[in-house]
Amino acid sequence: MKIRDHSDLFKQQDYQEQFERKKEFENCWPAEKVKEVSDWTKTEAYKELNFKRENVKINPAKACQPLGAVFCASGFAGSMPFVQGAQGCVAYFRSHLSRHFKEPFAAISTSMTEDAAVFGGLNNMLEGLENAYTLYNPKMISVCTTCMAEVIGDDLNAYIKTSKEKGVVPQDLLIPFANTPSFVGSHIVGYDNMMKGILKALWAGKKGEANGKINIIPGFDTYTGNYHEIKRLMSLMGIDATVLADVSDTFDSPNTGEYKLYPGGTAIPDAMDGVNALATVALQKYSTVKTMDYIQKEWGQKTLTLSPIGIRNTDNFFEELSKLTNKPVPAAIEAERGRVVDAMVDSHPYVHGKRFALVGDPDILLGMMSLIMEMGGEPVHVVCTNGDKHFEAEAKELLASSPFGAHGTVYAGKDMWHLRSLLFTEPVDVLIGNSYAKFLTQDTGTPLVRIGFPLFDRHHLHRQPIIGYQGALNLVTMVVNTVLDELDRKTEGSASFDVIR
Amino acid sequence: MRQIAIYGKGGIGKSTTTQNLVAALAEAGHKCMIIGCDPKADSTRLILNRKAQNTVMDMAREKGTVEDLELDEVLLHGFKNIKCAESGGPEPGVGCAGRGVITAINFLEENGAYGDDTDFVFYDVLGDVVCGGFAMPIREGKAKEIYIVTSGEMMAMYAANNISRGILKYAQSGGVRLGGLICNSRNTDKENELISELATKLGTQMIHFVPRDNEVQRAELRRKTVIEYAPEHKQADEYRALAKKIADNKNFVVPTPITMDELEKLLMDYGIMEKEEVVA
Repeated sequence: MKIRDHSDLFKQQDYQEQFERKKEFENCWPAEKVKEVSDWTKTEAYKELNFKRENVKINPAKACQPLGAVFCASGFAGSMPFVQGAQGCVAYFRSHLSRHFKEPFAAISTSMTEDAAVFGGLNNMLEGLENAYTLYNPKMISVCTTCMAEVIGDDLNAYIKTSKEKGVVPQDLLIPFANTPSFVGSHIVGYDNMMKGILKALWAGKKGEANGKINIIPGFDTYTGNYHEIKRLMSLMGIDATVLADVSDTFDSPNTGEYKLYPGGTAIPDAMDGVNALATVALQKYSTVKTMDYIQKEWGQKTLTLSPIGIRNTDNFFEELSKLTNKPVPAAIEAERGRVVDAMVDSHPYVHGKRFALVGDPDILLGMMSLIMEMGGEPVHVVCTNGDKHFEAEAKELLASSPFGAHGTVYAGKDMWHLRSLLFTEPVDVLIGNSYAKFLTQDTGTPLVRIGFPLFDRHHLHRQPIIGYQGALNLVTMVVNTVLDELDRKTEGSASFDVIR
Repeated sequence: MRQIAIYGKGGIGKSTTTQNLVAALAEAGHKCMIIGCDPKADSTRLILNRKAQNTVMDMAREKGTVEDLELDEVLLHGFKNIKCAESGGPEPGVGCAGRGVITAINFLEENGAYGDDTDFVFYDVLGDVVCGGFAMPIREGKAKEIYIVTSGEMMAMYAANNISRGILKYAQSGGVRLGGLICNSRNTDKENELISELATKLGTQMIHFVPRDNEVQRAELRRKTVIEYAPEHKQADEYRALAKKIADNKNFVVPTPITMDELEKLLMDYGIMEKEEVVA
């Protein structure tokens, strides 16, 4: 039997005939009408209607809270993410994360069904905890919720206490929890809630001797390369750092031929010792708001939010870190800076004046806007479905800080269908977004630089860091080469199709 | 800061009693807050002297999402600077009122509505603890004290016992305790003795017997508490007495709910229910 390749499978005659026959029942509008409507969606008039849209979101660039929560929970050694809710939700988190990282991902669902919605999910929690503990031998079970458990008001704290009193799990088993209703916020809020829940449970009021360390909270960062990079940079700086929720092993474990349910993560004793650190540094702001507030108020610890994406942000990161620890920035790091600045000088003629559209999570957007403006590029459309008014204000301020931001508009709460309209009415040269943005590229022809989450359709992008100077170099490489690819496409067959760019 | 939840059968006078009691506490110099946990949103009318305020859920409905709400849109100040908020909720027959309570309380907490200088926060909770949402005020970290408003009527007592069962569940896993029964008199026979006995059976106390007085209705018509409308009236002193007893209360217990048979026996012992009636 001949196996046909998917890429041309549906172009073959039998499928084409089938599609033609199906038109009697589906897509039965005449081709001219389809084209007419399609053209209309590219107009200014349609854009105005599109932006008045209130009751539907189309391709929002966000996932739901528990996805961020299980991601966070998986970054602690021996921690089993545990979701009080329906199976389908958890299947979605697992497949979404697996498709991005190309790694298996374990998480537990308490399999709530209709009767649990009526009688409450206590029994699901009890059985779930008992099974999870017995079968998977976790050091910590990190509990979050889905919509169903939240709507019926399941009281996680009471349920967990009950489960310990009934003896289904040992009294001293760590079971942090977070309420993560999917219908509020997004994956970044879920990450924040779970992180706060875990730190609260780990700390439990015990404060010991100052250890002089720095806690690093990466936030909802799906670049495993960033985790390796931050550890490398801390070691170059001579800083003893604890990465809180280190997911790098979970999602980037070496292939040894043996499956490990708990491939790594931040060791629980290290995480517990976080309370005795000198300071906590978050590398993202909008996915750590509640956590950082908690650390500052309850631990009385110094907190800094320093997102090292782009040159200026990375400069600021090292300056602040140096001030904090009284350690100078080593020459090796300065040399890295010099190299990326040199690379930017080489590339900037191609990026200068180019118009960019960006869609993604708030912190990545702010970093990318900054980097693009450093290269003379102009962020024109900035779309952030899960951005709030604070993000909107911060992004506007960032645009106002540079002449290259003069033509930029920030669209908080808008989705990719809004962005589609914008790309037709006010076209740009380059689009930055996750894999779903490829449909915008398909419709509008705008070349896409894949940055953010999820990245399903290109391999290993998440293994390269995008933070620090090395990260900036990677980003510059991706951006400028996308511009050059497009230049080649546009000049094909002409005298301008050059071997040297 | 003491957080207190008031429960009781629907129509028993929870909102009226709570507002008069809080007015009395405020008059005595305590800084107080009332959070109405009822879609009807009538828990703060007598303090604010006007028809139901903008509720958290009303504003959320208007704005499309709770995330766009500002605290000062839903947190108002009334008599003696008492802070007032109403959770609100859906129209009758649709949606999920319990989730409305959860959403509203989360919003108020996250936005610092309670402040550092509040002495008492009162949750005025709808009817029975019908679902998880209505237990929100007594979850860990929130109300630690509960008072149940009841009267000598059988169904009110039945509800009080039922609520005790709800509290028992939360008392075992959390720190919530029953502070006592408030008898809001309906002038039934031997009401004082009956409720005192019910309180004993539930392992608690009748913290105060509030006699029936039409002055309460006269004040209500004018959207005022008795404390504000007729501060010299003897009924105002009853609420002051209740307020003082609650402020000084040290008697907090895990309730011991009784069975339906025990409840019926209690009513028979006090001669309210004839034996034949039960048989029939």
